[in-house]
Amino acid sequence: MSATTTSTRTTGLRPIAEYDRPLWQRLLLTRETAIIALFVIVVVAAAVIVPNFGSKITMTYLLLDMFPVLIIALPMTAIIVTGEIDLSVASVVGLSSVLTGVLTQAGVPFGLTIVLAIIAGVLCGAVNGFLVTVVGLPSLAVTIGTLALYRGLAVGLLGTTAVTDFPAFWTDLAKEKIGSTGIPVVVILFIVLLAAFAILLHFTRFGRGVFAIGLSPEAARFSGVDVGRTKLILFVLSGAVAALGGIYYTLRYGSARGDNATGMEMQVIAAVLLGGVSIFGGRGALHGVVAGVLLIGVLGSALRLANVTSDVINIITGVLLIAAVVSSSVLAAIRSRRKSTRKPRLVGTGPGNA
Amino acid sequence: MWFQKNTKKAGAIIALAASAALVLSGCSSSGDSGSGDAGSGDSGSGASVTFLPKNLGNPYFDTSSKGGEAAVEEFGGTFNEVGPAEATPDAQVSFINTATQQGVDALAVSANDPQAICDALNEARDNDVKVVTFDSDTNTDCRDLFINQADAAGIAQVQVDMITEQIGDKGQIAILSAAANATNQNAWIDLMKEELEANHPDVELVEVVYGDDDDQTSFDKTAALLQTYPELKGIVSPTTVGIAAAARYLSTSDAKGEVAVTGLGTPNQMREYVEDGTVTEFALWNPEELGYLTAYAANALVAGDITGAEGDTFEAGDLGEYEVGADGVVLLGDPFRFNAENIDDFDF
Repeated sequence: MSATTTSTRTTGLRPIAEYDRPLWQRLLLTRETAIIALFVIVVVAAAVIVPNFGSKITMTYLLLDMFPVLIIALPMTAIIVTGEIDLSVASVVGLSSVLTGVLTQAGVPFGLTIVLAIIAGVLCGAVNGFLVTVVGLPSLAVTIGTLALYRGLAVGLLGTTAVTDFPAFWTDLAKEKIGSTGIPVVVILFIVLLAAFAILLHFTRFGRGVFAIGLSPEAARFSGVDVGRTKLILFVLSGAVAALGGIYYTLRYGSARGDNATGMEMQVIAAVLLGGVSIFGGRGALHGVVAGVLLIGVLGSALRLANVTSDVINIITGVLLIAAVVSSSVLAAIRSRRKSTRKPRLVGTGPGNA
Repeated sequence: MWFQKNTKKAGAIIALAASAALVLSGCSSSGDSGSGDAGSGDSGSGASVTFLPKNLGNPYFDTSSKGGEAAVEEFGGTFNEVGPAEATPDAQVSFINTATQQGVDALAVSANDPQAICDALNEARDNDVKVVTFDSDTNTDCRDLFINQADAAGIAQVQVDMITEQIGDKGQIAILSAAANATNQNAWIDLMKEELEANHPDVELVEVVYGDDDDQTSFDKTAALLQTYPELKGIVSPTTVGIAAAARYLSTSDAKGEVAVTGLGTPNQMREYVEDGTVTEFALWNPEELGYLTAYAANALVAGDITGAEGDTFEAGDLGEYEVGADGVVLLGDPFRFNAENIDDFDF
């Protein structure tokens, strides 16, 4: 009994089994399609029901608010697909925010400040990656540690003060809209990053390696994937993008503080999981993740406009997340059940093995 | 086997149905509250005022909002309270943006950061929303008025007076504050340090610790202070969450009656510690009156009775007439000392 239900995950043969269905069915059944559909439904429903939601300014605020979560979710997707996790991203945002403040205060030209803050993010990511791949520690433990460490450094560097004086050109740029469209300029940066990560993850050998690691690190290693190097690169990318988020955060709010973006890692991870990425690794796609981030953002924005209190908003987001995760494992269970009733397969070495 | 198979399938279907129901209920609850609030635009003759405290679920802000609501009812406006669960500036920004989109007449804000919410507030003002800060101010160019609960000098003075009286003007004291970057707390602490240095040479301030306005953190920091400084004579906590946590720790420890606790607290939170002798005296303004005055000031701005210029005067219901001071600041009054003799006269 249990041998048949666990077989689908360990063999990683699930996608192949799906090709016995027509394309439209396969598309309808994916988590990504479901989450995009839910996103569209929520947007339409909110536009109809919630006063003041259906305006250009809503989209502007939403994109400005979600930008750091959107970009940090990109490398996070790849990391979770390998079966790892990076909980330190919000602390890297805080640390790079503080560095941006401290360097600006010291009179460093802002262009150089950006470069230095990103280098700091790369170093943070490299430390995570080193501890996970070379030392061989689990990323959950490592990044819980560095979550505290980087946050501690951030708060320690600025103490109780905040830096609030930044070049007007940059703070304006962080909030600037493209012409009269209401779309923030930073969305261009997001699209560039999205394209880069989409190509990296879905159209390159590196990306296939990422998915292979998530399905089975041993199998990936045997088929020539450098597991350690792949993970190290992903953690470095995560640090760099989180630092970029920190610079944006500082400019948007005009305030560099050690406690900036506290708790943002949970927003990012929640959105990634909602977007259909399996927490066990091996499965996920960026279009689903983008829809997941936007869905949480739209839901929060619509509920705030409807004067729903923030604790209720948290409850609804939490329930949605659990529902999404539960429904995906239920769907997987149904699939495997159908498959096993249709043509029983001989997987595993025998009864009692699992 | 048969039986097992069927229960499993049924279980899966139930789980799927349950999760679908959860998702649907999540969506429909947004719809319900949306339609419920759709009608509440500009009803009545007074202003629609939205209160945005540092965070929700904080008894201090519950009380100030209660006062605000009472005032709004008096002048026939529309009251609303929104706020983040965590006291962070970025969360406040999204609520400010929301109020701007809703086109409320006035926004009453206690700022989590003096700068970070400025752009959002100014955007609100560009859209004809009057902005009044209360309890914790922003930079002066981001709001129309600041309703000051008591001036910093008065608050620092009353706290130094209380602690030095209680410890006999001699010995080690510590401060248990809120968040490390809380604007008002830091201003008071700086003034307290000055006052201690100038007039109380035998009192030594050994450390300032931060409880982040979290009950458990403040409780733990109190325990740590007493362990680190066995000679400690008193703790000053200029935050209602901190002083209550410190008093709760002391009331069950050996240091009860030995270490003085004072600072800023609310009568309801501190009543039992005053009664059991842990706390002799503490001070505060009346947050209900603060919210009340804030709402009336917002209404006066919306009605065009005042512009926020120095010397403007307005009527604030039961509290009488107030005058706008320099930098658009309106002062509620002097801090009030609560002790065993008068605490039963108050209920907030």
